[in-house]
Amino acid sequence: MFPQQRRRRLMALAAAGTILALTAACSGGSDDPADTSSEGGSDTPSGSISVLTWRTDLVEDGTFDKYVEEFKAKYPDVTEVKVEGVTDYEGTVKTRMNTDDYGDVLAIPGSVTPDQLGDFFEPLGDQAEMAKEYRWINDKSFEGKSYGIPVVGNVQGILYNKRVWEEAGVTEFPTTPQEFLDDLQKIKDAGVAKVAPLYTNYKDSWALSQWEGWRGAVTANPDYVNDMTQTDTPWTDTSDSGVIDGTIYDVVANGLTEADPTTTDWEGSKRLIGIGDIATMVLGSWAIPQMQAAAEAAGADPADIAYMPTPAQVDGKFHTVAGGDYNLGINVHSKNKVTARAWIDWFNHDSGYSESQVGLSPLVDGPVPDALSGFMENVELITMNPAPEGQESLFADIDTASGIVTTDPKYRVQIIDDARSGNRTKQEIFDDLNSKWAEGRADVG
Amino acid sequence: MTTAPSGLTGPAAAAERDAVAPTTPRGRRGGGPAGRARKLTPYLFLLIPVGLLLLLTYVPVVNMFWYSFTDWDGLDKTKNLVGFDNYVEVFTDPDNVRVFLVSLYYVVGSFVQMALALYFATLLSFKVRFKNMWKGILFFPYLINGVAIGLIFLNFLKPGGGLDTVLMKAGLDGLIHQWTGDPDIANYTLASVSVWRYTGLTFVMFLGAIQSINSDIYEAAALDGATRWHEFWHIILPSIRPIVGLAFILGISGSLSVFEIPFVMTGGSNGTETFVIRTIWMAFQRNTVGLASAMAVVLLLFVLIVTWMQRKIVPEEEVDLT
Repeated sequence: MFPQQRRRRLMALAAAGTILALTAACSGGSDDPADTSSEGGSDTPSGSISVLTWRTDLVEDGTFDKYVEEFKAKYPDVTEVKVEGVTDYEGTVKTRMNTDDYGDVLAIPGSVTPDQLGDFFEPLGDQAEMAKEYRWINDKSFEGKSYGIPVVGNVQGILYNKRVWEEAGVTEFPTTPQEFLDDLQKIKDAGVAKVAPLYTNYKDSWALSQWEGWRGAVTANPDYVNDMTQTDTPWTDTSDSGVIDGTIYDVVANGLTEADPTTTDWEGSKRLIGIGDIATMVLGSWAIPQMQAAAEAAGADPADIAYMPTPAQVDGKFHTVAGGDYNLGINVHSKNKVTARAWIDWFNHDSGYSESQVGLSPLVDGPVPDALSGFMENVELITMNPAPEGQESLFADIDTASGIVTTDPKYRVQIIDDARSGNRTKQEIFDDLNSKWAEGRADVG
Repeated sequence: MTTAPSGLTGPAAAAERDAVAPTTPRGRRGGGPAGRARKLTPYLFLLIPVGLLLLLTYVPVVNMFWYSFTDWDGLDKTKNLVGFDNYVEVFTDPDNVRVFLVSLYYVVGSFVQMALALYFATLLSFKVRFKNMWKGILFFPYLINGVAIGLIFLNFLKPGGGLDTVLMKAGLDGLIHQWTGDPDIANYTLASVSVWRYTGLTFVMFLGAIQSINSDIYEAAALDGATRWHEFWHIILPSIRPIVGLAFILGISGSLSVFEIPFVMTGGSNGTETFVIRTIWMAFQRNTVGLASAMAVVLLLFVLIVTWMQRKIVPEEEVDLT
């Protein structure tokens, strides 16, 4: 459910180029229905498959070589697993999906709407059956069939440097957005975080869509996203969207962020939070291992990197949304679906990927990683409910038609611009977003 | 080595020679089959480049026109026709119109660029020491890739970066700004980088035109007692008018389609979004390829109109100074 453009989303330049380049690539793909009949009747995994992954860093550092080796040891008939790391995963893979050649196993790009899943991916099983074994499969299911299994589960909240927060005298998790702002102000006044109490990563704007993870957690409403499709005014002072975007506005307007957001640097920010020059960043729990590694590399204590829940309580309890990361699916045109399926199952059960990423296991009875166990004790997990039957694509349709595109950071970039220049007040921004949303709903009808 | 000659004069090579050789003495009449082959030769040579051009330029453009009338999202198997809806949206969405205003900064920049280029070109057309070195220095920025320039300036202009350090050393602390962070000056900054990059190209065009002026004219003018200023105003400028016109079109159409530098340096944030950046966003982030195609078509039409207007206003007449 979460964006698409996280991590190594360097420059979309390669994919961007011109519209011309895209259209050139698109004009080829003819569909041959005969292709889909699964070939090579044997049930044991054999032969070769290719795997597309967004984790180019793990391809480069040899982690994937190890995975392939272990996989081959388990299935000796498998001759080759070709792992392809793709930079700008979303853009590149989406364009490639206009042909038949997009690997055998791949992560389902976020822009594929539920009703398109069947055109591109092989059903992995009945949703009800799969739900007994796996968590968070709602996102990539359509009409009772599941098309993808998440590789790891993330929780959503706030990543912070514990030492810095404690030095500023804050030891309790903030329970309201206002308290969160006050705490950041304390950190600023104490002067402990030299760069910023909260770093927006505005330049690598995808980080701003991570705030989306608070949706549902603020009011502890697992149906929040579905409810958004039923209202013309999702942005109010008390709604999740209003609290999220309002907090962004206030943090920036109060000068609690970096001085010049247009020159932020994602790679550099990992080190800065490690050594305590940055106190806070709003990111999913997937970022923890990266920040810890950077802290260690900079000579700081990786144990300083800690995680706190969304600053809002319902009935005296914190809530956090847990959800799947990228989902692995099988190319519907794959010639070796048996082996592809074996890879997915092996990856979830035996690879140890979810533990290494400090995430929750996608398996229902999977273990909780140590780094999160303290956090999990204080927080109640929410899993967002799927859209009601027949409305699977409704949210995405309204989102696109409104022109806001909540999965994209652009409208939050605008909020930060307005908060800095004071061109628009928070209420004016909310009014504008609400009117666009209402328009989008009217368009979709 | 010993077998090579026999290989070279193989059947194919021999046949080719036979086909061409006999036609030579027969001249240009070209009655027989060999003559036809000779007539065909240029077309055969054209086949591959034109084929590639069609495949890689015209087919995609035709496709783009077709997409612009659909609601395609870049992925779906079906493309629904929506008529002119996309075009209506291009012109009714205030955000789409707003980005054209950003182009004005670059239009102004292109005038500055032409003025600078003309100044240097004129200067270097006279006798100057180390002429070629100056030419090289001025032209060099144009050779650097646009993305690299964006990254270089990003580091140069960031707070505490190169420019700020120089200003500080020179005691001009008051001039220090957030060059890309301050919404009031971000567009000026980006336009200046653009000027830095393209001045070299305009300069070389002007210089080439100036150097093609017959030196007799200068001599005659000198005999009549013309100053350098007179030479510039009455000889150089009129002689290179068509090139100035060309630089003008390139400047305007370039300003409409600015992309690399703002995309790399700010990603279109902080009020620096240009039309092309917005088009890319529409296609790849909002997943409305149909609408993005319509925007691309509109841009193409704008550039064509500007070119046509320029041809009307500044006709490409023969220059005659004698």
